[in-house]
Amino acid sequence: MALTRNDTAPLFSPDTANTLRLIVYLALAIGLMVSDHRNGWLTRVRYAASVAIEPMYRLASLPSQLARDAGDAVADRARLNQRNAELERELLLAQARLNRLQTVREQNERLQQLLDAQHSLDVGVQLARIIDVDTDPFRHRVVVNAGVRRGVTAGEAVLDAHGVMGQIVEVLPDTSIVMLITDPAHALPVKSERTGLRAIARGTGSLDSMELQNIPISADIKPGDKLVTSGLGGHFPAGFPVGSVRGIRNDPSGMFAVATVAPSAALDRSGEVLILHDLPDAIGPPAPAPAEGPPATAAQP
Amino acid sequence: MNRLRANDWLFWGSVFAGYLLQLMPLPQALLPLKPWWLALVLVYWTLEAPERVSLGRAFVLGLIGDLFVGDMLGEQALRLCIFCFILMRFRARLRFFPMWQQALAVLALLVNDRIVLLAERAVAGLGSAPPSYWLAPLVGMLAWPWVFLLLDDARARLRARES
Repeated sequence: MALTRNDTAPLFSPDTANTLRLIVYLALAIGLMVSDHRNGWLTRVRYAASVAIEPMYRLASLPSQLARDAGDAVADRARLNQRNAELERELLLAQARLNRLQTVREQNERLQQLLDAQHSLDVGVQLARIIDVDTDPFRHRVVVNAGVRRGVTAGEAVLDAHGVMGQIVEVLPDTSIVMLITDPAHALPVKSERTGLRAIARGTGSLDSMELQNIPISADIKPGDKLVTSGLGGHFPAGFPVGSVRGIRNDPSGMFAVATVAPSAALDRSGEVLILHDLPDAIGPPAPAPAEGPPATAAQP
Repeated sequence: MNRLRANDWLFWGSVFAGYLLQLMPLPQALLPLKPWWLALVLVYWTLEAPERVSLGRAFVLGLIGDLFVGDMLGEQALRLCIFCFILMRFRARLRFFPMWQQALAVLALLVNDRIVLLAERAVAGLGSAPPSYWLAPLVGMLAWPWVFLLLDDARARLRARES
């Protein structure tokens, strides 16, 4: 193809045209970011594109999966034996504790029947595995291998054997994204097991600490205090371990104290996690139920 | 025609590998060191085959990256556009730099990108970054010669096979 030079000079020199194009694309990107921030488009787009995203996640996690399998395959016998013995001991302990709980549960059921309480404390739980993918090292999210098809919905709590890990923030058909409790954007209502002091545990952005801000200086809290979920807010069921207080200092204003908390869940390890399905009856502020009026069945839409 | 095909494969394959490496898990301690692979791959293609990289393509590739990472739609697209724009501006000079100077230029580009990202985060209300935030560009600089050699070698082999 012959290059023809026409006399009419281009409207913009190539450089200016490129700059203009850059400005257009930047404006487009900023527009997208703003609208995404406002409307949460990304979740919907990602859901639509999950056909491509999910295999990519599986593919990216393959090497670490293979490495772990290979490690299992060549692990020496002694170590496996030792681990097995350890697990057996733990199982025994757990079993013993469970047996004791069984009697407590029966007692509880009897009492509940006496009180005519209709809601049960049964917790719907689902096992899922963490897929080894990191999306962004400065945000604390992990990907687990259960999604909409297995009945996961956004907002459900995620636990491991030691405590609360986080909550589901986004679901795709076969995977979902968990925001860990140490994510800077995460806050979790907790209470002290010893004194019942309520507080909010915020993520700090480092995997091994959280913060309780704005505690009154006179509050009874000291290092070593165990924190459990308070159940306020209704997202997390009450009574699951969150962490323990590591230290207390004054905040910059000097009016309040700030406590650092070591999370009890093993956030940096991958493996199986439990997804807690919404409790039949969220523990939170009681629903405003009108005492009088037409029967409740008529009010249903 | 055939050669174009093979080169296409190499281009898309390297971009795909860039995404994959971005998602690949690393031990916790090494996480902040992960360089921006996609950008390194695009540096190569901008320098060696500029017809393959345009601002529009950078934008689209960034958007796809956003889909994978799931932060905010448009975040990587914006960064990649700025990155490629500066790269294209200085392409003629960068091409004839010796390798170590190129690596330094890549470092400057990646540091600039970190500043852009920091600004984006500040606007989105995500707060400040830890000191380790600034380590990734250094690793990117160290990785650049290898990316270059690998891709250049692959391309040279393709060319040799064609002729």
